[in-house]
Amino acid sequence: MQHGHYREETTGVLSLARRSRPWEQAIQSFLFFCAAVSILTTLGIVLTLGTESWTFFKHVSPFEFLFTFEWQPMIERFGIWPLFTATFMTSLAAMLIALPLGLGVAIYLSEYAPNAVRETLKPILEVLAGIPTVVYGYFALTVVTPLLRNVFGQDRVDVYNTLSAGLVMGVLILPLVSSMCEDALSSVPNSLREAAYAMGATKLELSLNVMVPSAFSGIAAAFILGLSRAVGETMIVALAAGAGPNLTLNPFKAAETMTGHIVRISGGDIGYDTVDYQSLFAIALVLFFVTLGLNVLSRRIIRKYGEVYE
Amino acid sequence: MSSETASGAAPTFRTDLTGRYRRGNVWAALFLTVTLLSVFFLAALIWTIVNDSFGYVILVNETDPESLTRDGRPLEELDAPSLAAVLEENLPGRRLRSLGNERPLAERSREDLYAIVMDEVVNPEVKATFDLSESLLAKEDIRAVLERDFPEGRLIFRAWLNLKFLGAAQSSVAVAAGVRGAVLGTLMTILVTILVAFPVGIGAAIYLEEYAADNRLGRFIRINIYNLAGVPSIIYGMLGLALFVRLAEPFTSGTAFGAAADPTTANGRTVLSAGLTLALLILPVIIINAQEALRAVPGILRQSSLAVGATKWQTVWHHVLPASFDRILTGTVLAVSRAIGETAPLVVVGASTFLSRDPTSVFSKFTTLPIQIYQWTARPQEEFRRIAAAAILVLLILMLSLNAVAILLRNRIRAKKRLSR
Repeated sequence: MQHGHYREETTGVLSLARRSRPWEQAIQSFLFFCAAVSILTTLGIVLTLGTESWTFFKHVSPFEFLFTFEWQPMIERFGIWPLFTATFMTSLAAMLIALPLGLGVAIYLSEYAPNAVRETLKPILEVLAGIPTVVYGYFALTVVTPLLRNVFGQDRVDVYNTLSAGLVMGVLILPLVSSMCEDALSSVPNSLREAAYAMGATKLELSLNVMVPSAFSGIAAAFILGLSRAVGETMIVALAAGAGPNLTLNPFKAAETMTGHIVRISGGDIGYDTVDYQSLFAIALVLFFVTLGLNVLSRRIIRKYGEVYE
Repeated sequence: MSSETASGAAPTFRTDLTGRYRRGNVWAALFLTVTLLSVFFLAALIWTIVNDSFGYVILVNETDPESLTRDGRPLEELDAPSLAAVLEENLPGRRLRSLGNERPLAERSREDLYAIVMDEVVNPEVKATFDLSESLLAKEDIRAVLERDFPEGRLIFRAWLNLKFLGAAQSSVAVAAGVRGAVLGTLMTILVTILVAFPVGIGAAIYLEEYAADNRLGRFIRINIYNLAGVPSIIYGMLGLALFVRLAEPFTSGTAFGAAADPTTANGRTVLSAGLTLALLILPVIIINAQEALRAVPGILRQSSLAVGATKWQTVWHHVLPASFDRILTGTVLAVSRAIGETAPLVVVGASTFLSRDPTSVFSKFTTLPIQIYQWTARPQEEFRRIAAAAILVLLILMLSLNAVAILLRNRIRAKKRLSR
């Protein structure tokens, strides 16, 4: 500070009055603005999705959108169910892979693995989680799909199918599920573990009968968060699940998910202010609320049931 | 807690120790298998990419380059005028006129002409490709295929990832295509992203950790950030499309600054829009990581600084930030790596499907590596799968080097921190 800037420096009398510090004020305002950007982002998402969907729903009734079973923008049929079932199929396959494998990995890492093994395995899992999803899409299309077609028959399995996309998506989500499950398992207090051993439980009985039930809330939260990832995942399904809405529950058939549809249509030439364009925002709105709901649920489970031991 | 008492009416002791241990061992083996399986997935993923980017190809030229030599000099050594002459001899008049309309042959550079000669006159067509394992283990079979099906073809071992691939622009012919524009696009986009997301993210984290009172607003912002981190990336693409591409078009296309005289600029679908979209996308991750880093700074550091009369900002700037900067950096790099690999939001924002010109400024049209990979993978021809694999290798190497730089930087900061203590 420059000499003589404040009153006591010129008068020699200590003042207890609050100083005005414009620089500090300016910085604090800037920092507040930075924090507010996140609120503005949320507002932006809700507003853009909301307004475009609003114009869409003026054209197509929400009832038709949610409760009819055909999505053909060409002939103005906007029933979201074909996209919904495809998303359901890929997410189901993904969770069937990610949950058992993720939980198994978590149990192994937290209960069985020696320290050195754990320290090498965890970074490997992190690398798995850090690989771009488009690379997983490539893997699904060039490796998993041909494999499935060889195993189940060329004519039974389409070149694009929801199973292949879902399985690979499961591998993508596995690290997320395993790391959350491991956190949950390691937050179970040691006293429970010691009590189980004292009662003569084997390591397996400890893991399955004590640790997993005690960490159940964390495991459920991991599952739900993983599901939310699966629903919102785009590139794998865009490459491997197929292009074209298809109302089917057959995992060997091609079907387009909500995210896949958005990315395919918006990647082409599409005019603004057309119903096609607005319909994408309506799909995105559904997607937003589904994933938001899952995320909130996941955190609520942790908050409500997870604090028992802390 | 024990299931024995819960399931059985009368508590009994299970003394079958051997059986229980056997069951335990079986399950332990199962858990280990599952864990090794996930390591196997990673290995399979990486092996697939490498396996697909190298291997034999069978090429059949439409015109033999040997027949195009002039004055005894091979095609590669010809200068611009003779290349133009080669074109005039070999291309149909209609094609020559349309080339001339784009830009007269005499004005074109040597590289440009050479590329046209290779693409349209020599026109090497990939008839079959083989991956690395086939090329190494089944060379005899490949030769048999060559002799049986393509007697006029050439068999060459091709590394799809090569220097030419890095330096060449996009092309509709797989063997001539490259990733120069995509790499430049990725770097420029990420630069915009970092310049926006880094200061804003850290600023927000500082506000939330150091300034915000634990009141309703602060809590709301915190919850909001956690929710934003879970929003699917494609939704950020929709936001970017509506906000940056359409609403802020004069700014993102550069017309507001008088900068966009560039006719190739496509109404707001620019590097700037892409970078800003990605910045919004990774902002929550950066904030959450930076918050954790700030929280790890011991409170005694702040208290002693405040006690000797430093203001709040002086405390943050001179003590809290330096003490936590290595961690903040690590978190940011993780977030930026994620941004580099993002594809979906950029497709929605409007990446160009075919871009023969490199991006020159933030107001240029853009494409990025992941988008290039997406487009090439989506094509049915085998050779495009090969260059997609090569592009994936480039992308992974790019991400790896970014992480390596960050680790080095972090270690230097840590070393400095230790010295100053």
